[in-house]
Amino acid sequence: MLKQTEGSKAVAEAIALCRPEVICAYPISPQTHIVEALGEMVKSGELTPCEFINVESEFAAMSVAIGSSAAGARSYTATASQGLLFMVEAVYNAAGLGLPIVMTVANRAIGAPINIWNDHSDSLSQRDSGWMQLFAETNQEAVDLHIQAFRLAEELSMPVMVCMDGFILTHAFERVDIPSQEQVDSYLPPFDPRQVLDPAEPVSIGAMVGPEAFMEVKYLAHAKQMQALGLIQQLASEFRTTFGRDSGGLVRTYRADDAETMVVAMGSVLGTIKDTVDEMRDEGHKIGVLGITSYRPFPQREVRAALQNCKRFVVLEKSLAVGMGGIAATDVRMAVTGSGLKGFTAIAGLGGRAIPKASLHRLFREVEQEDLAPVTFLDLDRDAVNKQLEREKQTRRSGPIAENILYDKGISSTAKFG
Amino acid sequence: MFQVRIHGRGGQGVVTATEMLSVAAFEEGRHAQAFPSFGSERTGAPVVAFCRIDDKEIRLREPIMEPDALIIQDPTLLHQIDVFAGLKTNGYVLINTHHSFEEIGLGDFARGHPPERLCTLAATALGLKHIGRPIPNMPLLAGFAALSGLIRLESVVKAINQKFSGKIAEGNVAAATEAYESVKKEMEERAHA
Repeated sequence: MLKQTEGSKAVAEAIALCRPEVICAYPISPQTHIVEALGEMVKSGELTPCEFINVESEFAAMSVAIGSSAAGARSYTATASQGLLFMVEAVYNAAGLGLPIVMTVANRAIGAPINIWNDHSDSLSQRDSGWMQLFAETNQEAVDLHIQAFRLAEELSMPVMVCMDGFILTHAFERVDIPSQEQVDSYLPPFDPRQVLDPAEPVSIGAMVGPEAFMEVKYLAHAKQMQALGLIQQLASEFRTTFGRDSGGLVRTYRADDAETMVVAMGSVLGTIKDTVDEMRDEGHKIGVLGITSYRPFPQREVRAALQNCKRFVVLEKSLAVGMGGIAATDVRMAVTGSGLKGFTAIAGLGGRAIPKASLHRLFREVEQEDLAPVTFLDLDRDAVNKQLEREKQTRRSGPIAENILYDKGISSTAKFG
Repeated sequence: MFQVRIHGRGGQGVVTATEMLSVAAFEEGRHAQAFPSFGSERTGAPVVAFCRIDDKEIRLREPIMEPDALIIQDPTLLHQIDVFAGLKTNGYVLINTHHSFEEIGLGDFARGHPPERLCTLAATALGLKHIGRPIPNMPLLAGFAALSGLIRLESVVKAINQKFSGKIAEGNVAAATEAYESVKKEMEERAHA
């Protein structure tokens, strides 16, 4: 049913349609509305049978999900930012044990400095945890990806994160088509676990594994993600058959056919990028877009295929590998190794910095002219940065950086210097 | 695309107002996108929220920097932040006050602006009268419907009845209806003046 609703509410409804049996979560912005809505549905009896477990921390949330998934229950949780970091040990365990948990990450920056706004640092920090990571461009896609995620996870017995931009998507009211229970039931069969803790047929899950077997277990996690490259495409195609719309898959291109310049990105910023590209196309610029939906597994072949006919590309990403540059950009460049393509990295939108069309117009023209550094920072206030660098040169005790920058920008007077 | 920016303070239902504007537009078969500015939410702190309305899918995710319309839920913000920043030439402005533009120090602004695009409305009083609380958001939304003609009153009422029920819904509908009539009347009187 088509409705105008909040992204978090739409995702909660989608999760409920997937018939989860255990939901456990600890509240953290901007994820909270999702599990609040699910909590209400469980309490009112609208979502049944399902146990909603209030836990004391994110570490506990993931630990409960591990336990319930191992006991054969379809298990769901959601988190963001520091919450995801706090559960990291259990995040790796869920993947290492091969438990098909689905988790929403409402993408948010990681402190310090403390910041509640959106970027992709949180889920990208779990790049190598063994979880698959699917990025939603719109709230419709967030709904659809969750439905696909349970099938993907349970088919491979591996966990999946569905990543949606915190606030920008989670708190946005927009038009969403919520599927019917019949549609979801016909797409997503009941959970048939590959491993289950059952007193009638006792097994161990989580044994110590030494050098003689550890590599094989880890390799199998990799092999499953390689299988997922095919399965994700198959699930998207089956999704189209059942639900009648395109959602998910590995990558998606936009106006890319004769593009000489390609823009690569993940998540909701693709919308602003597409609007910018439309305007540039109207002016005759040969520019197109590659959106990456599946960040893990990373679709190297499809990324290469999408970029091989262009002359240059820029990866615009809401994350920063400090001391290196881009995180997603590194993968994209790996995918086009040997192609001779010129690749640029633009770090944008960290900590919720707006990514306006006007800035994208400027950036894309620079990329087109190949007139920019290999790694650039969109709308970075160079003056503020230089002022702090100069302060550090002049004064040994230059004080706390974040507070100095706030002072320099006239936002706060808490800094000692300035 | 039509872009609305609502300024107010935490507790005045600014975010709810944009959400319900988007629901009202959706009810009329249009595409709409409402989103808050995501600051730390504290009662009394300045809050900004946005709503885009279009006849096709809205993909843009930047904040609204050049609004076609402004709704100011709290006139004390006029002295605190530049609420008019980026307002399009001849954009709509609706301010919650029982004073005129002249009386709140916006005389020069009002003289340089088409009068049919400007209105003030004592929305807090309407909230107190019908809902029993100083919540101006629904009367302002209905007043905006009357000022701009962008959405119909019945769509605002539908949005209210989706969000609230019982006495709160009734009170909001009553406040919205009176606000709509009041702005309509003022605009007509001004047109004939």
